[in-house]
Amino acid sequence: MEYMEFRRKDLLGIAELAPEEIRHILATASSLKEISARPIKKVPTLRGKTVVTVFYEPSTRTRMSFEIAAKRLSADTLNLTVAASSAVKGETLMDTAHNLEAMQPDLLVIRHPASGAPHYLARRLKCGVINAGDGLHEHPTQALLDLLTVEEAKGRLDGLKVAIIGDIAHSRVARSDIQAFTKMGSQVTVAGPATMLPPHLESLGARVTCSLEEAVAGADVIMMLRLQLERMGQMFLSTLREYSRYFGLAPRHLKLAQPDVIVMHPGPLNRGVEISPEVADGAHSVILEQVTNGVAVRMAMLYLLIGGEKA
Amino acid sequence: MSLLIAGGLVVDPAQNLAAPRDLLIEGGKIAALEAPGTIPGNGRQVIAAQNLVVTPGLIDMHVHLREPGEEYKETILTGTQAAVAGGFTAVAAMPNTRPVNDNAAVTRFILEAAGAANLARVYPVGAISMGSAGHTLSEYGDQKAAGAVAFSDDGRPVMHPMLMRRALEYARTFNLFLIAHEEDLDLRADGVMHEGRISLELGLRGIPSAAEEAMIFRDLALLQLTGGRLHIAHVSAFGSVALIRTAKAAGLSVTAETAPHYFSLTDEAVMGYDTNAKVNPPLRTAEDVAAIKAGLADGALDAIACDHAPHTSLEKDLEFEAAAFGLIGLETSLGLSLKLVHDGILSLSQLVAAMSTNPARILGVPGGVLSPGSPADITLIDLNRTWQVDANSFASKSRNCPFHEWTLRGKAVMTIVGGRVVWQEG
Repeated sequence: MEYMEFRRKDLLGIAELAPEEIRHILATASSLKEISARPIKKVPTLRGKTVVTVFYEPSTRTRMSFEIAAKRLSADTLNLTVAASSAVKGETLMDTAHNLEAMQPDLLVIRHPASGAPHYLARRLKCGVINAGDGLHEHPTQALLDLLTVEEAKGRLDGLKVAIIGDIAHSRVARSDIQAFTKMGSQVTVAGPATMLPPHLESLGARVTCSLEEAVAGADVIMMLRLQLERMGQMFLSTLREYSRYFGLAPRHLKLAQPDVIVMHPGPLNRGVEISPEVADGAHSVILEQVTNGVAVRMAMLYLLIGGEKA
Repeated sequence: MSLLIAGGLVVDPAQNLAAPRDLLIEGGKIAALEAPGTIPGNGRQVIAAQNLVVTPGLIDMHVHLREPGEEYKETILTGTQAAVAGGFTAVAAMPNTRPVNDNAAVTRFILEAAGAANLARVYPVGAISMGSAGHTLSEYGDQKAAGAVAFSDDGRPVMHPMLMRRALEYARTFNLFLIAHEEDLDLRADGVMHEGRISLELGLRGIPSAAEEAMIFRDLALLQLTGGRLHIAHVSAFGSVALIRTAKAAGLSVTAETAPHYFSLTDEAVMGYDTNAKVNPPLRTAEDVAAIKAGLADGALDAIACDHAPHTSLEKDLEFEAAAFGLIGLETSLGLSLKLVHDGILSLSQLVAAMSTNPARILGVPGGVLSPGSPADITLIDLNRTWQVDANSFASKSRNCPFHEWTLRGKAVMTIVGGRVVWQEG
């Protein structure tokens, strides 16, 4: 692996990463991936380092993924959960963060419903901050694991046609993925009902259509987004039945794509809504590889941010 | 005592005057306005104004002084200190205090506190509805008698169209006018910034310009129906300017204001999640900024008012979505507005009209003119003084200013209210 120093204190978003930084992260993730396949899945790299995960939103896989990643590198982990936190007592985010920092962790991993909350903390804290999802804004480790998964399947990240389908407006995964795939030289097309396609998506480099069929035509990669069911009461959609009929991915759609198309989903799935069980469990699906790669990418980020001697 | 302001460039659009003059003040009023060198200075206090612009006192018709109720953000004393430091001799105070200024007792309290401060004149604005809750008309007649000059539920719109219709009619009953905060709350929903490219990139929920434009359209239609008089507050959007221009051409009795931040900043100021750039209506795009400037230049927009909205770190040092809307402007408004003159967008007379003559006319208050017999409310301006904004040195109690460390050209150097120098550059 080509040596390159990763000089950032924080990972806040894909927006600020250069393509060569992304390549460096992916290469690091690839090299760390085999640790998870060993009988003894642990290396001492981050021994004595403390990683705190602070989740202001429920999450199962992202939080577990970070925790497993930290443990495989021998970091100590501590989880602050919303229910047990001071948030309900009215403590501000800043006070919570300063209290955590006073315990001298090396890294905070934060998920927060307010866009920009990790940036707010990163500016004010000496320790590193990883954005594990902020509001509608970004989910950079998800985009990085998506890139790793596509690179493993396709052998490249440039010149691919990537379709992202669903509720783009409320998706931090979509915002990070559109920028990530575009930066690496692929063409992203997004599709969904117009209620879920915010204006100016083109400025992020995406093509925009309201037709699932048009988006998946000739696609190398199809990424389905989770439909947040609470949107149903908010005038974005008519019925689930109609959503599923027009924007749910079914086997017939795969025939429009490249023969070796891969199907991705950040999870958790709404089976039968945005993705049919046949597709989710079918030969083109790489959904579980995404989960595996999530651990590798998060190990890479922990290593790059707090491993070794930082300048 | 008499005071002579000698030889300044007197800019007084109400008299169609922009020429060097001597200005004599006696008994708190303008006593004479004569060619330079014609009024003798002996026995008088003389202010040499040869390198200064002399204007009728600036009037900011849209400020939040926070008293009563939120004195930790601002008081009537500190708010009027900020006003005179910014060159303003009078301000109109919006009613969204705690309690809301929806009755004569609160109006009288505000006037008493302003009298005690004895700096800028304060014109209370009463609430359109009780508690600004949008249900019941408040007591316009009573409040007018106590000193309220206009009525507004500013901070929030009058969402119910029938209440807005009745408010226009009820205001007309007392020969009053309304100041409308134009925003459709259902369209704004959870929006926290302008809906556009930047909101998409930042993942922040957007407030479309249509939320403002649709409400202005509604209120112009109601105005046509009722025949009242309406002033539209803090215009921010391209389409709003066009609607107002059209309504004026059709003869409707409508006036409008914008704020310096709407012609000085775009939504790009929000990047980095700067909560000092969180304001409602939101900072919009370069296209909107251009339309606001054009509206000031062609008279579609009558006034510049800064919507001074003090908040402390309790409301602002938070996640962007959780932070309060609003920024302070009294001490930067003139400097930012003078850029329009330096850039050739407005003549100096047009600027003075927007910051003094027109606000006085719209509010129906004395001032805004330097003719003999008028109150001696005067602002002296050094057009070319270059200075750096330092929010930490503001007279205002609050620091929520997105212009901190900006370099501005042009500044008030003396503020005179009723013939008394209430502030001068130290």
